[in-house]
Parts: sequence; C-alpha cells; structure tokens
Amino acid sequence: MKKLLRLSVNGKPREDAVAENALLLDYLRGTLGLTGTKQGCDGGECGACTVLVDSQPRLACSTLAHSVAGRSVETIESLSAEGNLSRLQRAFHEHLGTQCGFCTPGMIMAAEALLRVNPHPDRAAIRASLAGNLCRCTGYVKIIESVEAAAQEQPV
Amino acid sequence: MSTLPDFRLMRPATASDAVRMRALHPSSRYLAGGTDLLPNMRRGLVATDVVIALGDVEELTGLHEEAGSLTIGVGVTLATLAANKLVQERLPALAQAAAGVAGPTHRISATLGGNLCLETRCRFYNQSEPWREANDYCMKLGSDTCRVASKSARCYAAFSGDLAPALMVLAAEVELLGPLGTRVLPIADFYREDGMAWLAMAPDELLVAVRVPLKNGWVSAYEKVRVRGSIDFPLAGVAVALRREGDALVGLRIALTGVSSRPESVSGLEAMAGHPLDDTALAIIARQVKLGTKAMETTLIEVPFRRRITPVLAKRLVERLWGMVGDNPIGPS
Ligand SMILES: Cc1cc2nc3c(=O)[nH]c(=O)nc-3n(C[C@H](O)[C@H](O)[C@H](O)COP(=O)(O)OP(=O)(O)OC[C@H]3O[C@@H](n4cnc5c(N)ncnc54)[C@H](O)[C@@H]3O)c2cc1C
Ligand code: SF4
Ligand code: FES
Ligand code: FES
Repeated sequence: MKKLLRLSVNGKPREDAVAENALLLDYLRGTLGLTGTKQGCDGGECGACTVLVDSQPRLACSTLAHSVAGRSVETIESLSAEGNLSRLQRAFHEHLGTQCGFCTPGMIMAAEALLRVNPHPDRAAIRASLAGNLCRCTGYVKIIESVEAAAQEQPV
Repeated sequence: MSTLPDFRLMRPATASDAVRMRALHPSSRYLAGGTDLLPNMRRGLVATDVVIALGDVEELTGLHEEAGSLTIGVGVTLATLAANKLVQERLPALAQAAAGVAGPTHRISATLGGNLCLETRCRFYNQSEPWREANDYCMKLGSDTCRVASKSARCYAAFSGDLAPALMVLAAEVELLGPLGTRVLPIADFYREDGMAWLAMAPDELLVAVRVPLKNGWVSAYEKVRVRGSIDFPLAGVAVALRREGDALVGLRIALTGVSSRPESVSGLEAMAGHPLDDTALAIIARQVKLGTKAMETTLIEVPFRRRITPVLAKRLVERLWGMVGDNPIGPS
C-alpha cells in the first residue's frame, strides 16, 4: 500500500505517495528518476547505492524509503551545482579514480561524507571510510589518490 | 517498481506498542538497521506480511552507566558502540567486535539488537532464489535435505555475529520484553545450537537491552578472521576476557563465533585458575578452544582452516592480554 512520504531530497522538500515496501533505492531511481545512485548487487555487498542521509553515508538498497521520513537525503545528482563538477567529482575525473563509472557515485558519496567530518583525512582514514565500496576496475589506488587530491582543494 | 515483496509497514513509538503489534501479527518481523533483514527478504529467504520498524522507538537507543554496569539499548548502532569512550576503555572486546562488523556504512545503520538476532548463515542458504532452486534448496528453506551434511536431521548454518562472543566473555545479560513483562537471561542462554531455531526468544518477545557488568581488573579483546578484512562476516571469531593477579591467572573466559550454530562458550578453563600462563596453560587453552570449534562446511573456506585458526587466535589474544596486565599489574580501574 502507498503512504505519504515527506522528506528532503537534494535540498528540496518532497511529498510523494510511496509504497510501504519500497527501498530508498527504488524510490530514488524509480519514483524520482535519480538514476545516478546505482544498484550493484542484490543487497548490502557493494556500496554502489551509497547516498547521504543527514550527511551520513547509507546503503539505499538496505534501507526502506519510509525509514528516512523527515530526513535529508543527498544523492550524487546534488553535487554538481549548475553543471559544475564538485571537487570530488573533478578529482575522480582528473586523477583517473573512475573507469567504467559504476561504483563512482557510491565512492564519491562515501568520500563526501568523510570530507564533511574530516576535511584532511590521511590514507588510512580514506581507506577505512571506503572499505565497503567495491570497485572492479581501478584497483582502488587511483580512487584513494582522487580523494586525497579533492581534500587538498578548498570546497567551493 | 519494487524490489521487495509486499508487506505492511508499522512504526511503533514505544517498545510495548511494538510487542502489542507483534502479538497481533504473529508472522511479522522486526526491522532495525535492516542490513541483514532487507537483503534476506530480497533473496526470498524471509517472507512476512507485516514489518515492524523499530527506528522510532527512542527508549531502545539509550546507553546508561549505573551501579557498576552499562545498559545498552538494542537500537544503539555499531558505529556508536565502536566509538564510545567508556566501551573502548572498559569493554574493549565489545568495541573491537563492533568495529569489525561488515563495512563502515553498514555500521552506521546496523544495531546491537539486529546483530545479536542475526540470521544464521550457510553457503547453501545465503544465495539468490535461482541459485537455491538450481540446487534443489535445502532443509533451512524449501527442502528436507541438508546440503552440508546430507544425513543430518538438523541444520548447521553458522551463527556469525561478532558481538555475541564479546558480550559472553564480558558476562552480559539480555533483557527481553514480552506481553507478560520483562525477563533477563545470561546472553549464552539466549542462543540454541540449531541453525533453523538459533534464538531462545519466544515469538512474541522483543530484545530490548543488554546489561554488561563493569568489573575491575578484567581485560578483554576480540579478533576475527575473514576473507576480506574490509567487509566480511567472520570465518571464525574469538573473544577473550582475562584477569591476572601477579603471576597467576585468576579468571579466563573465551567465546567463539562463526564455528557453530550458536556463539560457543569455551568450557574447561576453570582448572587454570591460580596458575601462571605457561606452556601447559596455553596447551589447555588450545585444546579446549578446538573442542568448542564445531565448524561445518557452511563457508567456501574449508573447515580445517577454521578449526586450526581458532586456537591460534585464542592463544594470541590471551598472551597479548596477559602481557598488557603484566605492564600494568592493577589492570584498568
Ligand atoms: C556485506 C555484509 C557484511 C556483513 N558482515 C557482518 C560481519 O562481519 N559481522 C556481523 O556480525 N554481521 C555482519 N553483517 C550483518 C549485519 O550487517 C549485522 O549483523 C548488523 O548488526 C545487523 O543489525 P541490523 O540492525 O541491521 O539488523 P536487521 O537487519 O534490522 O535485523 C536482523 C534480524 O534481527 C531481528 N531483530 C532486530 N532487532 C530486534 C529486536 N530488538 N528484537 C528481536 N529481533 C530483532 C530482525 O527481525 C532480523 O531478523 C553483514 C551484512 C552485510 C550485508
Ligand atoms: S547447514 Fe544444511 S540445512 Fe542448514 S542452511 Fe546449510 S545446507 Fe541448508
Ligand atoms: S546495491 Fe550493492 S550495497 Fe547497495
Ligand atoms: S570504475 Fe568500474 S567498478 Fe569502479
């Protein structure tokens, strides 16, 4: 059965009729068309679906949409204001932190959460924060270098 | 579009409302952080018509120190537990176990209660529907044969939660709320050695809190082995709590996870009380830990490895803790 869900998505208040059994991932991709958030596995294994809920990383595939009622959800789409890449997005692009790109939205959202609480993380902190995000292409080194590069830039 | 089967979602505001809803809907399931239940539902392992989400029940999220013990609500997240100063200092095995569960994002949602009630695991069970269908299912769901031990009358799926063994060596108790009120039991009694019915909790009960004594002089630690250090369930996990006075071991508790359908308390360690930690003592520890390790072929990693690794981990932890107290003979205050 559908019920009214009120929350904020990417800074805008929303009110949608959402099925009680909808995952946050279903709601973002299916109802809102925010397909930047990826589904990479059948539940909890890969981190590709990582979004922010009240600035903390969260697996959208292992969260019910109605569990985040009243909260603030941010997806990868929120990062590029007026078509400009965020410092993390630019760093992933320039430092080859992305290849096929499937893990990238989740990687960037997990890294975004880290930089908000720890603006100058060392390598160990970056590795620990991204430990649940899998990548089958890059071998991770370029991803860590990308986050380091972004951290050296001032946020815009 | 929906990935999950259909169900009604209820959101009680209090623990007693949750218990009332559960009594009205016997086939319902509680939902905490969802990091175990929702993937299992997606794979068709758990069917339910009503989900009772505990996220709004504030009384379950407290952490209180009182009269020499710490009471932890089941809604406290693993990230909170791992970062809590009091837990780190006084109950290090618990902090280390919480920090070692799954990946960092899971730990932000995952709760103590969900971890203690974690579904038992097996390589023939934690699979997609097509995979299980192709293998003709197994006794835990959909057929009457166990694929791990074909003549067995029981399921050997492994309890793989990291927190339970830590709480066992810390002598914790669990508090359950049912329609008739509250009951408290030692955490070891919360579990049964049966992969299909591993919790000694009545269907109408809710796990509400865990009480851990803050005892002076005890030190503790937890360590696990897993395939990927970043995210995986334990192939085997070992918790140790130890009390040393001078050159004598006056208390030793060891518990295991991942190697049986319940977290295993290692028995036969009492005889060592009053003795130093010498080679004889270490040999007894290794032998008793091996006896408690009842691993079956429930993981892709072979059984002999899991049988060999638990005594190694146990000896390593015991020696480390023994040395720590040696440097600081009074132990933590
Ligand atoms: C990739 C991956 C890796 C993982 N690795 C580990 C690991 O290394 N170690 C580990 O221990 N776990 C691991 N997990 C499992 C899980 O993330 C944790 O065990 C977590 O603590 C479960 O808590 P939760 O709050 O998310 O539980 P939920 O998924 O919400 O609930 C789990 C079960 O407990 C029941 N339940 C929850 N609360 C209560 C209550 N108060 N009373 C009665 N029943 C209740 C639910 O009905 C459900 O059956 C992993 C999961 C994934 C997806
Ligand atoms: S131990 Fe046997 S019955 Fe239990 S889940 Fe594994 S194969 Fe199935
Ligand atoms: S889609 Fe893989 S963890 Fe969410
Ligand atoms: S870039 Fe392809 S999975 Fe990471």
